[in-house]
Amino acid sequence: MPATERTEVFDPLAKPKKAGLGDIPKGSDALTEVGRLMTVCNSCRYCEGLCAVFPAMIARRDFPDGDLNYLANLCHNCGACFYDCQFSPPHEFNVNVPKAMSRARAESYQAYAWPRIFSGLFARNGLAISVIAALSVAGFIAGFAAWNDPTILYGTHTGPGAFYKLMPHNAMVALFGAVFLYAILASIMGARLFWRDIGEPAVTLTQTNPLWQAMKDAGKLRYLDGGGADCQADENDTPDHRRFYHHCTFYGFMLCLAATSVATLYHYLLGREAPYPWYDLPVVLGTIGGIGLLIGPVGLLRAKFVRDPDMLDKDRFGMDVAFLAMLFFTSLTGLALLVLRETPAMGLLLALHLGVVFGLFFTMPYGKFVHGIYRYMALVRYAKESYRP
Amino acid sequence: MILARYHCKLSADTAIKDPNPEKERILGEMTDLNQKFDVLVIGGGNAALCAAISARLEGASVLVLERAKKFYRGGNTRHTRNMRCAHDEATDTLTGPYPEDELFEDLLRVTEGETDEELARHMIHESKDMLNWIVEQGVKFQPPLGGTLGLGRTNSFFLGGGRAMLNALYNTADRIGVTVQYEAEVTALDIQDGMFVSATARIDGKDLNIRAGALVAAAGGFESNIDWLEEYWGEAARNFLIRGTANNQGSVLKMLLDAGVQQIGDPTQCHAVAIDARAPKYDGGIITRLDCVVFGIVVNKHAKRFYDEGEDIWPKRYAIWGRLVAQQPDQIAYIVFDHSVLTKFMPSLFPPIKADTITELAEKLQIPATSLDETVADFNAAVIDGTFDHTVLDDCRTEGLDPPKTHWAQRLETPPFYAYPVRPGITFTYLGTRVNKEARIQMADGKPAANMFAAGEIMSGNVLGKGYAAGIGMTIGSVFGRIAGREAAHNARN
Ligand SMILES: Cc1cc2nc3c(=O)[nH]c(=O)nc-3n(C[C@H](O)[C@H](O)[C@H](O)COP(=O)(O)OP(=O)(O)OC[C@H]3O[C@@H](n4cnc5c(N)ncnc54)[C@H](O)[C@@H]3O)c2cc1C
Ligand code: SF4
Ligand code: SF4
Repeated sequence: MPATERTEVFDPLAKPKKAGLGDIPKGSDALTEVGRLMTVCNSCRYCEGLCAVFPAMIARRDFPDGDLNYLANLCHNCGACFYDCQFSPPHEFNVNVPKAMSRARAESYQAYAWPRIFSGLFARNGLAISVIAALSVAGFIAGFAAWNDPTILYGTHTGPGAFYKLMPHNAMVALFGAVFLYAILASIMGARLFWRDIGEPAVTLTQTNPLWQAMKDAGKLRYLDGGGADCQADENDTPDHRRFYHHCTFYGFMLCLAATSVATLYHYLLGREAPYPWYDLPVVLGTIGGIGLLIGPVGLLRAKFVRDPDMLDKDRFGMDVAFLAMLFFTSLTGLALLVLRETPAMGLLLALHLGVVFGLFFTMPYGKFVHGIYRYMALVRYAKESYRP
Repeated sequence: MILARYHCKLSADTAIKDPNPEKERILGEMTDLNQKFDVLVIGGGNAALCAAISARLEGASVLVLERAKKFYRGGNTRHTRNMRCAHDEATDTLTGPYPEDELFEDLLRVTEGETDEELARHMIHESKDMLNWIVEQGVKFQPPLGGTLGLGRTNSFFLGGGRAMLNALYNTADRIGVTVQYEAEVTALDIQDGMFVSATARIDGKDLNIRAGALVAAAGGFESNIDWLEEYWGEAARNFLIRGTANNQGSVLKMLLDAGVQQIGDPTQCHAVAIDARAPKYDGGIITRLDCVVFGIVVNKHAKRFYDEGEDIWPKRYAIWGRLVAQQPDQIAYIVFDHSVLTKFMPSLFPPIKADTITELAEKLQIPATSLDETVADFNAAVIDGTFDHTVLDDCRTEGLDPPKTHWAQRLETPPFYAYPVRPGITFTYLGTRVNKEARIQMADGKPAANMFAAGEIMSGNVLGKGYAAGIGMTIGSVFGRIAGREAAHNARN
């Protein structure tokens, strides 16, 4: 019989190639796999006590792509469900929720990137971000050198306004204000796309209960502990302290932002110019935050290396590392500037620091940073869904 | 202890470069197994680990021989979700009290009296403290949530399920210095006059002689041994699916019985449910179950109904359908229902087979279409209208139909139509070794064994002559495991 005439005989007892509804076409391989796993997990539900993902799954029977993106962004990648699952590989059902979620998440970042032409930055993110960071550092050094004569760049400057000898304050404000606003705009546009994709109405974002609940859940990283076991690097329950390091990173970052905000207020309201003495608020905030930003990223990076490779989504490794490295270098150059600001190294260090910060803000909407936005928004939706007055 | 640590290290840096790390691990441990241990525990599930931990806490040196690979350690325990222990008050994880007497009544009811009252009461009494003890060993429970099947008062649910529970026990065992050897199948026991002398274990292709002062047999039932099942079920056993591990071949049970240990339990009894026929032969676990029998009709390969699908509420009838399907030709049946009930039960692992008409459905199922048409038409004609409520024994039933559907009978008339093919799925067997309150094995001549104990499925027949109450399997394993470990430790050191 010619091949074209052969009709597939339906075998009612044939074992489906994959457990779960793998045959329902989804947007991508990653989403198809998450959809399959949610079908498997929904017939099991043993993990319902671990985190927010499983209760959100139980509330559904069908999983359109938008919901899968919601669930993927709700997952904190704590790893608990991987070690608790009787069907994780090598079992033929091949259930690896953290990994599948991680892949789908990464794809969603790319899909929501704004403007669209930059979504490519997510592919080989580590490389892209290092190149942009290097270029912006080089730009600042070249800029300082071009606009000032070398004696200023390599000279020693002290007292208020010392930094502005290298770069006029207004120029600094204009440049960083612009890149900061750009980062905010791009993030908001991405957030909008995410919210639309998961099909949640805009009005949810005006409801204080879910917003506040999600703030608490995110602030405490409530779901990073696998229902009380802390996140697990392996099935022996070895804690990798990711929550602690994430707190260092996040709150360190917030303190640094606070330092910058206070300094801006000082400048405009009190007319006091940087650099400030070590005991002054912006320096204290910046130093504590900076230390957090040194410890946090190193700890998180270490956690990546001790983590069970079965759970890692190796393709996204670069993205995670790049963001952590940017944070680390932002802090390192900032602290170095603080210590060495009265030496001839100041000029170069300032260029280095400003370059890294500029790179950080410019690349923020195109890297791991966005996980915070989508995770928070997913938590808002979850808080709304699970709200019982 | 050193050995167990080594396992721990292995998994911590799983990025092992060595393509065959298992091999190295096994060889690296050979020498240590030559020492004489105080207590040898055979098995790697709940019963075995509770025994090992308990013996070690009594100061004994303990070796655990587990047949499975590390991932599959803990046979059927991996697939569990909860345990049923008595308690006097509501707790964070239990919605109300469950007194000892009530648990005993429940046990009497499900076993229809086929239980050893003294042992059962003893176990139930001990089960109370189990809720504390097992938590001390690192096991975590979760508060009752939506999916806990209405057992929130009586049963304690493991956070993350049975594998999470096992991981916790293995961690504790490792920490306190229990030696665990994976991929170590016990192939022979040297027992002389009711006294355990040594065991032969096959490790990395070699037979090793393992000596110990006392033995705890916790190697599960024989449900995975199709040949053995065939002795009671005939050829039908070939079509059984095994819901749990392939490792519970009952070999240790057989060795013990052959060595003069007193047998308990009806060998033909097993816990069997109807599961999706497309499930794997072994280890499909909980997710191949189907909870929709009461919502439709069940037909055999001739498209004929064979039992009242609405006899009683589902949790009470869940476990009869394995046996019912096993008695049908080719051990296959089909649950047929229509669109109106599709979302009324737990979502399934595999999608139901779907068709726009009953005829088309029959064609897809490869069962006689005219016959199925007729069965459905007869059924529909016999349905008496009532008020449907699947949580109570409602008044939707058939009249003049044989067999009847006495509750929840609704016409199959809203397309599309669906079907799940089902086969018997064996959960566990009841045949076991007789024990006393110390979990000490009894010999056929009525004397207690000198230094042999048993816990878990291998002795569950002592309290569970037939029937089943959700969560009791784990209670039997934990309670008798803890007792067996403690007694074995005392025995070995005296
Ligand atoms: C899908 C499913 C769900 C279940 N859910 C529940 C539940 O929620 N609650 C409940 O109470 N019960 C449940 N049960 C029943 C429960 O699994 C058993 O009662 C319980 O696990 C028995 O524990 P055990 O330690 O005796 O045996 P197992 O956990 O099966 O352990 C036996 C061990 O012995 C090992 N072994 C066997 N032969 C040898 C040998 N020759 N040498 C060395 N090792 C050997 C095996 O590898 C295995 O690790 C469920 C069962 C199944 C299949
Ligand atoms: S991860 Fe595994 S154990 Fe958890 S719900 Fe999914 S299938 Fe069940
Ligand atoms: S948050 Fe943790 S438990 Fe929940 S889905 Fe993600 S990895 Fe699994």
